[in-house]
Amino acid sequence: MLEVNSLTKRFSGLVAVDQASLSVAKGSITGLIGPNGAGKTTLFAMVAGFLNPDGGSVRYDGRDITQLAPHVRARAGIARTFQIVQPFEGLNVQENIAVGAYLHTADANEAMRQAAEIARRVGLGADLAKASSDLTVAGRKRLEVARALATKPKLLLLDEVLAGLNPSEIRDVLPLVRDIRDQGVTILMIEHIMQAVMNLCDKVYVLSQGRMIAEGEPRAVCEDPHVIEAYLGHGAAERLRAEQAHA
Amino acid sequence: MYSPQIVVEALLNGLMLGAIYALIALGLTLIYGVLHIVNFAHGALLTVAMFMVWLACARYGLDPYLAILFVAPVMFALGYVLQRFIIGPASHGKDNGILLVTLGLSIIIENALLAAFQSDTRTITTDYSFRVVELGPLLLSFPRVIGFGVTIATTLLLWLVLHQTDIGKAIRAVAKEKLGASLVGISVPHVYAMTFAIGCACLAVAAGLLMPSFYVSPKTGAAFVLVAFTIVVLGGMGSIPGALIGGLLIGVVEAASSLFLGDSLGQIGIFLIFIVTLLVRPTGLFGARA
Amino acid sequence: MTRPRLTTLAIIVVALAVVPFLGLSGALLNLMIFMMIIALAAQGWNILGGYAGLSSFGHAAFFGAGAYAMAVLQTRFGVNAWIALVIGIALGALVGAFIGFLSFRSGLKGSYFALITLAFAEVARILANSWNFTGGAAGILLKLQTGLPYLQFADRRYFLLVALGFVAIGLVVSWWLEHSRFGAYLVALRENEQAAQALGVDVFAVKMKAIAISGALTAAAGCLYAQNYLFIDANVAFGSWISIEALFAAIVGGSGTVLGPLLGAIVLLGLGDLTKSVSGGIPGMDLLVFGIILVLSVAFSPNGLVMLMKSLGLRAPAKAKEA
Repeated sequence: MLEVNSLTKRFSGLVAVDQASLSVAKGSITGLIGPNGAGKTTLFAMVAGFLNPDGGSVRYDGRDITQLAPHVRARAGIARTFQIVQPFEGLNVQENIAVGAYLHTADANEAMRQAAEIARRVGLGADLAKASSDLTVAGRKRLEVARALATKPKLLLLDEVLAGLNPSEIRDVLPLVRDIRDQGVTILMIEHIMQAVMNLCDKVYVLSQGRMIAEGEPRAVCEDPHVIEAYLGHGAAERLRAEQAHA
Repeated sequence: MYSPQIVVEALLNGLMLGAIYALIALGLTLIYGVLHIVNFAHGALLTVAMFMVWLACARYGLDPYLAILFVAPVMFALGYVLQRFIIGPASHGKDNGILLVTLGLSIIIENALLAAFQSDTRTITTDYSFRVVELGPLLLSFPRVIGFGVTIATTLLLWLVLHQTDIGKAIRAVAKEKLGASLVGISVPHVYAMTFAIGCACLAVAAGLLMPSFYVSPKTGAAFVLVAFTIVVLGGMGSIPGALIGGLLIGVVEAASSLFLGDSLGQIGIFLIFIVTLLVRPTGLFGARA
Repeated sequence: MTRPRLTTLAIIVVALAVVPFLGLSGALLNLMIFMMIIALAAQGWNILGGYAGLSSFGHAAFFGAGAYAMAVLQTRFGVNAWIALVIGIALGALVGAFIGFLSFRSGLKGSYFALITLAFAEVARILANSWNFTGGAAGILLKLQTGLPYLQFADRRYFLLVALGFVAIGLVVSWWLEHSRFGAYLVALRENEQAAQALGVDVFAVKMKAIAISGALTAAAGCLYAQNYLFIDANVAFGSWISIEALFAAIVGGSGTVLGPLLGAIVLLGLGDLTKSVSGGIPGMDLLVFGIILVLSVAFSPNGLVMLMKSLGLRAPAKAKEA
């Protein structure tokens, strides 16, 4: 569904993403992990069209979209959330989601109806009239997902939707992500929380210092010595094993 | 159509007027560089300073250059108070709020001056207002030569203040990293106000340099404000060398376009430079941030 | 969120239409006409500055385009006033599209956008002031010809009705914004341009439409101004006074609200007039008051009078959003 080939981005001499490639199969949940500053969000921005790559290509549904503007990609079915949640402050929850729904309908009543429905789906059903700024962090994350869902995406790019949530909130959101996939939306997610990656992802890519250093089934990747060396560090491998024992 | 001597003379006089422009722009760019705000009241504050110089000369018989010594501290204090107690609190730290508050202030100042002094233009005459300096075959306006020299000196002084004094270091720290500066105990509102105050003191110097050869009316500052913004944008918002070079450049451009297009159309050259710079290279010639 | 109903708007417009027939003095009638012209200009400003969050300091460019189209077409080409009005409005939209195309292509917003609009208006002012076609520094005097076809009335109350009609259009446009995809997109890009793009909003196209509509409304105000005062010059039509009053009225009344610009224009000009009569001809006192009100309203009521009245409970609580 999504093919990223040798994507490269330089910021004034610094190579943020260096010939990174990945592919996302239709109907899968694919993870993108890596230490802070590895270039994950930069890679995402290039996939969603917010940054122009200095090299490489992005193919989606068999067509080259490397040069397309973000809103054109959104219309083609690519939706993204932002790592730092960005609600439209002047609009309430329902209106926020409706902005996404307007992609497929110009009718205000229809957009608001769809927005209410999606709000229920992500667990914001009771907060329709709330100002988006009054939501909790978890609520804002849900709003971020709901808005993206309202555009009826085929491919959803989730940028750390779990960051900043407490463990019980994470447990609530995991089924939501799986549920979205089960509704037929392919997902590519950046995630730091290994428990979530282990739980959700069919396949994982590891980005370190702009380079793709490993890929494969989550468990295998985590045992990959390259990954442990370059990304997790020595102590973390132990901790991970302990975490898995609990899960 | 013009003899080379007239053209060169006009351009040199433009260069020296540009120096005074640069001084006006210096305060504006300093304020932008540290507070990251566009101070729309800058022109009106220049008018205030010019009226102060005029009062000092017309009422108390002071020499306009000497008046700078009295007007600068007053402008400094005014700037401090304005930023600390009005602009800062009223704008709630929002860009749009600052833009509107400083716009509101410029209207208040301009019209308060209008109410107090009417719309007449006022000039002061000194015995050197029309004196010329002979530079080889060229005749240069004496007040502009002085203006050029004092601007260079003021820029150097400002550079020294920013790099050698404690407050200068604090200002540069806040400009670079506001949060970090406040964490090590620097009072950001105080530094903001000091920066604004220094910007206003620069205006006092510019006012003293302008008055011997220029006039003042409540609207004078409005004529300078877009010129100053042009310089700041051209030189790169927040860049002090940029303001200096931008000012000189604009002075020359204005002189050239007045010479060839006439006075009323002449100003258009400046606005076109302004528009083109914003469209093509909003970071200016020396600016780093967008 | 303030969302007045259409019926509320209709009642306000009808009430304003009745006022002049209650026996208003000539001076008050003139003031009211002026209020409507400024309200219309402010409504135009509000589309771009209020809803889309792109504060313009140069709406004089649109106002002047309308005013000059009205004056030049009638005096030089003998065009009928109503047709000139339509062309003037279209010209305002076109000037908006021109400035918008250049500025939005380069991604200008915030203070940069404010400054470049100001510069465009100044360029227009200097050109109009030195070009013979536009009457140069002497300006243009329009011929006095009363009658409906000339859009001039012996009884000035009818001119007020025309102006009010345009303000009503402005109200309906703003109301529509609050109930449409386009309006939601404007607010979305005001609040967060990137997030809007991610949701499929073509921000460039939306901004272009916004500045064209904004320019058209403010140009309509310029047309009415020329037709009402029968004289314009560069400083009147393209002067910064109108950029400032349009912006002031919208912000003081409540930017990004349906009724804000109208309320702001009435309050500001009302106070201005009062100040003038109280201060007894001291120049600049009305503008001085405007400036103080602007600073105070940014400081204490950043959402404008409309919201202030709401929070003070002077009006019924906001009705729940229908959905």
